[in-house]
Amino acid sequence: MSSFVNSSIGKKFFMSITGFFLMMFLVVHLSINLLLLFDDSGNLFNQGAHFMATNPLIKIVEPLLALGFVLHILYATYLTLKNQKARPVNYKKADLSKSSSWASRNMFVLGTLILIFLVIHIINFYWQLKVSHTVPGVMVDGVEMENAYGLVAGLFKASLIYCLIYITGAVFLGIHLTHGFWSAFQTIGWNNDIWRKRIEFVGKVFAILIAVGFSIIPLYFLIKF
Amino acid sequence: MSEKILKEIIVKVWRQKNASDKGRFETFTVNNISTDTSFLEMLDILNYQLVEEGKSPIVFDHDCREGICGTCSLFINGRAHGPDDDITTCQLHMRKFKEGETITVEPFRAASFPVIKDLMVDRSAFEKILHAGGFVSVNTGGVPDGNAIPIGYDDAEAAMDAASCIGCGACVATCKNSSAMLFVSAKVSHLARLPQGKVEAARRARAMVSKMDELGFGNCSNTGACEVECPKGISIANIATLNREYLKAKIAE
Repeated sequence: MSSFVNSSIGKKFFMSITGFFLMMFLVVHLSINLLLLFDDSGNLFNQGAHFMATNPLIKIVEPLLALGFVLHILYATYLTLKNQKARPVNYKKADLSKSSSWASRNMFVLGTLILIFLVIHIINFYWQLKVSHTVPGVMVDGVEMENAYGLVAGLFKASLIYCLIYITGAVFLGIHLTHGFWSAFQTIGWNNDIWRKRIEFVGKVFAILIAVGFSIIPLYFLIKF
Repeated sequence: MSEKILKEIIVKVWRQKNASDKGRFETFTVNNISTDTSFLEMLDILNYQLVEEGKSPIVFDHDCREGICGTCSLFINGRAHGPDDDITTCQLHMRKFKEGETITVEPFRAASFPVIKDLMVDRSAFEKILHAGGFVSVNTGGVPDGNAIPIGYDDAEAAMDAASCIGCGACVATCKNSSAMLFVSAKVSHLARLPQGKVEAARRARAMVSKMDELGFGNCSNTGACEVECPKGISIANIATLNREYLKAKIAE
């Protein structure tokens, strides 16, 4: 087992598995977030957020999610450093654009940008909801819950800059996924010449859905209010 | 295609005395080169010129000059085996270049491929990976009849495609991570598909991957550059096969 963890394929296996896990998280996260768009009173989203916050299953998955992020980032950093060591003297003239996509060559750069976004995102919402508890309460159908809608809508209505930051974050995430999605399948060996085109296609559609889906939310508040 | 004469081309070549030398570019002018000349013949002409001037000729690897031995290398104008698809450097012709063009020539660069001199690099790391498991163990005895072992058409074709790897190292050279995964995966998936090789598939996958890691090749990040620059067009689907074989072997361990 230790030789598997230390091998190149073993480390990439963890990149892939954590990647799959994070992609599933994105789907759940986006579906709850889209509730923001369908009820301007905020009750629908608040109920959704309250359901997620009180759901015992989510309580179990939440630390796993944090671990997924940490492992994905740590392995990426380690592998990138190792990869740079594998070519100590660089080419003076290299034209890799003919043979590979920009996203595939810049996954670490994109990942770093997404991490910066993630920190801003956590400070904006997660911290206030879960750590500092500075979000005022609201009554929905006789149940007291935190006014998460007010927090999100308030930020996007008040600040064009934050709207742009969130849209940029979503776009970076989308570009990261154009390579990440199919790459996760390839790394655990779920691929061949026939399935590759299909997986790559689904990956591109998934990346666009995630980027557009998350961008719509700040755009909605920017345009409507 | 009609022959033309390139009146003048500028060749910017990497010169390096040995592995510990820092190395630098030297620029040469070559005149009156036919577009039908191969790239290596152009370097031969340049070397004659250098010898006549009493200078040290440029050292580069070459052998069969017909694209089957995997000896020639070179990173030309930023691409392994130069600006053409599915060829080795010896199959590259000067018709791919323009009059007056500056052509940059570098060695294949990777920590595992140390420079011997100028453009010649030591690719014996590949042999070490093969020694670790890229073979089928054969006992002594009579030669079995080849047709006595049935092999499905698809497996035979896929194994043959993977077996067409000539071990030139373009995959490592072009990979941004200097990963040898395409080379190793071609060998592993070639032998794992055939009944003779299947017997040792698990041991082979473990041994070759562990040797590849030990020799300092980078980690594959699935950019796919290797299959584009591979002179034999070997698919990275083989890398998925290798990943599968390796995971299977490790689970069975």
